[in-house]
Amino acid sequence: MTKTQNNRAWFLVLPVLVLVAMNAIIPLMTVVNYSLQETFGDNLFFWSGTDNYVAVLHSPRFHAALLRQFAFTFIILLIEVPLGVAIALAMPRAGVWSSVCLVLMALPLLIPWNVVGAMWNIFALPDIGLLGWGLNALGINFNYTNQPVSAWFTIVLMDVWHWTSLVVLLAFAGLRSIDEAYYRAAKIDGASRWAVFRYIQLPKMRQVLIIAILLRFIDSFMIYTEPFVLTGGGPGNATTLLSIDLVKAALGEFNLGIAAAMSIIYFLMTLFVCWLFYTLMTQGKEDAA
Amino acid sequence: MLELREVSKRVGDAVHIRDVSIRLEPGTLNVLLGPTLAGKTTLMRLMAGLDRPTSGTVWADGVDVTGLAVQKRDVAMVYQQFINYPALTVYENIASPMRIARRPKAEIDETVARVAALLKLEPFLDRLPLQLSGGQQQRTALARALAKNARLVLLDEPLANLDYKLREELRAELPKIFSQSGAIFVYATAEPEEALLLGGHTATLHEGSLTQFGPTVDVYRRPNTLLTARTFSDPPLNWARVRKVGGVFHTHLPDEPPEGEADVPVPPAYAGLADGAYVIGLRPHHLALSPTGADDVAVDGYVQAIEITGSETYVHLDCLNTDCIMLTHGVHELPLGSTVTVHFSLSRLMVFDAEDVAVAPQAEDVAVAPDAGKGAD
Amino acid sequence: MAEITLDHIRHAYGPAKSRDDYALKELNHVWSDGGAYALLGPSGCGKTTLLNIISGLLTPSEGRILFGGKDVTGLPPEARNIAQVFQFPVVYDTMSVAENLAFPLKNRGVPAAEIKARVARVLDMLRLTAIADKKAAGLTADNKQKISLGRGMVRDDVAAILFDEPLTVIDPHLKWELRAGLKRLHREFGHTMVYVTHDQTEALTFADKVVVMYAGEVVQVGTPEELFLTPTHTFVGYFIGSPGMNVLPVTLEGTTARVGGEEVALPAAFAAPAGARVELGVRPEFVTLGAEGLAFTTTRVDDVGREKIVHGTIAGRDVAAILPEGAEVPAEPRARFRLDRINLYADDWRLAPATKEPAA
Repeated sequence: MTKTQNNRAWFLVLPVLVLVAMNAIIPLMTVVNYSLQETFGDNLFFWSGTDNYVAVLHSPRFHAALLRQFAFTFIILLIEVPLGVAIALAMPRAGVWSSVCLVLMALPLLIPWNVVGAMWNIFALPDIGLLGWGLNALGINFNYTNQPVSAWFTIVLMDVWHWTSLVVLLAFAGLRSIDEAYYRAAKIDGASRWAVFRYIQLPKMRQVLIIAILLRFIDSFMIYTEPFVLTGGGPGNATTLLSIDLVKAALGEFNLGIAAAMSIIYFLMTLFVCWLFYTLMTQGKEDAA
Repeated sequence: MLELREVSKRVGDAVHIRDVSIRLEPGTLNVLLGPTLAGKTTLMRLMAGLDRPTSGTVWADGVDVTGLAVQKRDVAMVYQQFINYPALTVYENIASPMRIARRPKAEIDETVARVAALLKLEPFLDRLPLQLSGGQQQRTALARALAKNARLVLLDEPLANLDYKLREELRAELPKIFSQSGAIFVYATAEPEEALLLGGHTATLHEGSLTQFGPTVDVYRRPNTLLTARTFSDPPLNWARVRKVGGVFHTHLPDEPPEGEADVPVPPAYAGLADGAYVIGLRPHHLALSPTGADDVAVDGYVQAIEITGSETYVHLDCLNTDCIMLTHGVHELPLGSTVTVHFSLSRLMVFDAEDVAVAPQAEDVAVAPDAGKGAD
Repeated sequence: MAEITLDHIRHAYGPAKSRDDYALKELNHVWSDGGAYALLGPSGCGKTTLLNIISGLLTPSEGRILFGGKDVTGLPPEARNIAQVFQFPVVYDTMSVAENLAFPLKNRGVPAAEIKARVARVLDMLRLTAIADKKAAGLTADNKQKISLGRGMVRDDVAAILFDEPLTVIDPHLKWELRAGLKRLHREFGHTMVYVTHDQTEALTFADKVVVMYAGEVVQVGTPEELFLTPTHTFVGYFIGSPGMNVLPVTLEGTTARVGGEEVALPAAFAAPAGARVELGVRPEFVTLGAEGLAFTTTRVDDVGREKIVHGTIAGRDVAAILPEGAEVPAEPRARFRLDRINLYADDWRLAPATKEPAA
């Protein structure tokens, strides 16, 4: 929609533009630059065209990391979205308890990511950590430092603990926007709890759930700090997700060209998924109009 | 003076306002009348400068202000929702536009006192808006708009969220308040009765087009199209497509003979019309159960439903080969499905041609010819 | 379908120490099976409280409510067999129109064949057959309200259908259609209906009996005609009619009343309690302006198309008169009141004529 022109408005947008340029556009262009060249240090660059991309796309190591990444994202979405919705549904809709629940829910989101990693690192240790010790005491052989299954279990659990709250808060906001009359009408219509969820709450939460899934997808794709602190990508490469792999390539092996190509591929994939979600969301709006 | 010249507003493929030209004089009250989505709010936003027309120009006092921002336009607006600053007292709410304009304190005090007196807000000046009733909150919003002393005051269905009786009270006061200001008032409503009670001028809107503009009672009495007549009628206008053959309007097709009497004689003032297709219209309160005078016409009606308000009876009829409503004084318990004789005065008959444009009566009443010059559809 | 009995119902939202603490003061009414009732009053008069008590959202502080003789006071809405149409349309967005109507039946385990038959019948009644397969989300407000009503009408166990200002979001022209349609449905199916509104036209045209509420109290229950001709309280006179009833302070002298310095003949003799504030009430419809009667000072004339509303004063009090379309206002008018349409009030309550009617 065209608004009446007021050129002063551009000044208000300017800081954001500058910030976005510094944060995103300039680094992105640098990365594109790196990805098309080969370097051995000393600021010596050789043009290599798409060689880096071809190498990355054919590398079994990249395939493995990508597969692990998708597996991880898929698992956490599968757990966090239904769990978040379930918790939001169980929360009191108004009153003091509602506020108490909201504050409790927000707590994990307020903790710095590296602290989350460190916390779970200790919590899951088989000798002194409550979780690790507890599981072993129950007769389950659990040691995330040398068992891939244990490591996966720990990082998934940590992510669920850390991020389910986000889904809860969004779903709760969606639920709060439903007029009381809908619940009354459903009661009068003799609707079961499930029917209320299926025909009132879920359709009304659709928009926020898409946003929740989108945010969790992007965030889980970027996940680095917590698994780095917790497992460092191990044991072996068992929990080496995309960004850990990327950092290993860039800083561990100083393969800047390869790492840059990886990050561009990785960026394009995220962009594609975002576009997919955006289309879904705008279509949903047209349906509702 | 505010003038819109061939203003259109399109969003994508949808036309929200279509070629509207209108001139509003200072010190007048102008009602925009039309149902939901007729374009009332969009037109107001264009007048205010909140939106920019896709084509056409907006002129204020002879100056083209089409691209000018709303802040520079000297307008005030009142909405259907009661919008006030919740943290400010009623006094500060009313004073706010003058505080922004940095008026001297004495002037602010004086204006707030005057406007508050006009809107009966004096006892509440120290209260916060949310401590007031809906009617008082809307009075506060109105007072703020008046205190701004803007040249253009736009009111978008300001009474729609109020109780029926409160609406009635405020509506009775509004013309007085408006007449004491030199501003141009524009008032949007979906209710024909509200337009009539407010008086002033009325512009009827239909699907983004301005169908007629003129003094309210003139537009009501002499609509220039069937569309305007229908927009400006509550209860809905009774109208039927007819064939003129000689001195008779037939409401039925030749091969579908009517049940009972349903033909209407052509009024003398329309005797000179060529035979062919026309539309006749009758307002619900012009139908009666007893003869109406010298030029009375009687047709048969079949009672479909009865609504009794105590003072009046609304009779829903199958009459003139269409659905009609009769609005009649007193209480009439008519059995459903029964046949009644429906009377009306032939002079009340509105006649439109096949294109739905009003046909002027030809004989003695030339003076009441519809003003066809303005905004014909 | 059922008779609704309100047995000494009172309700207070907090602890009630005095009569004024009750949002709903004592109510004792029996509403007959198949009747159409309207609860009419301004915001805050207690009409919504009463509706919520009937629907089961609220349990009254005192008293019992019975549906067809069965005590339902403690029952929640879903156990009461009521249907409700809300102010803003409630439809299940993801379902089609027909699925919306089938929903309450499906929930109650009605066999599929019967659901189909009943839904088809209600679709036809509400004239929704043409859009039966459309998604409910994209419909206009009036069709959505029809769906809300239809979900009640498909059920055969409904004791009463409740309406909470259902025409708020409907355009004026469509209101006429929906009101006439509702009237037809009521006549054909005979549900007990309770309709809450602040709009007198809706209340009067809908109901057989209008319950006028004011400050938590029922001030009059009557037919539209009774409310118009013999309002039992000045509030009813004011609230019903546009403009409302004219009220003038008078002093009684047998069969005449004294207004300012002038006299008005009364239809009968009235006796007011000593010290009571006595007022004469006459509706604008029954005030005529001519050469005889009380001195009337015109202040404003509103031409509202089908009639003229003349505002003026008699002995310094505002009085309105309604004149037919095209009538002229005399230059120095005097006002007369139609004799049999004069009501007298002592402390706001209507006085029965001492001679004829027995005390109400």
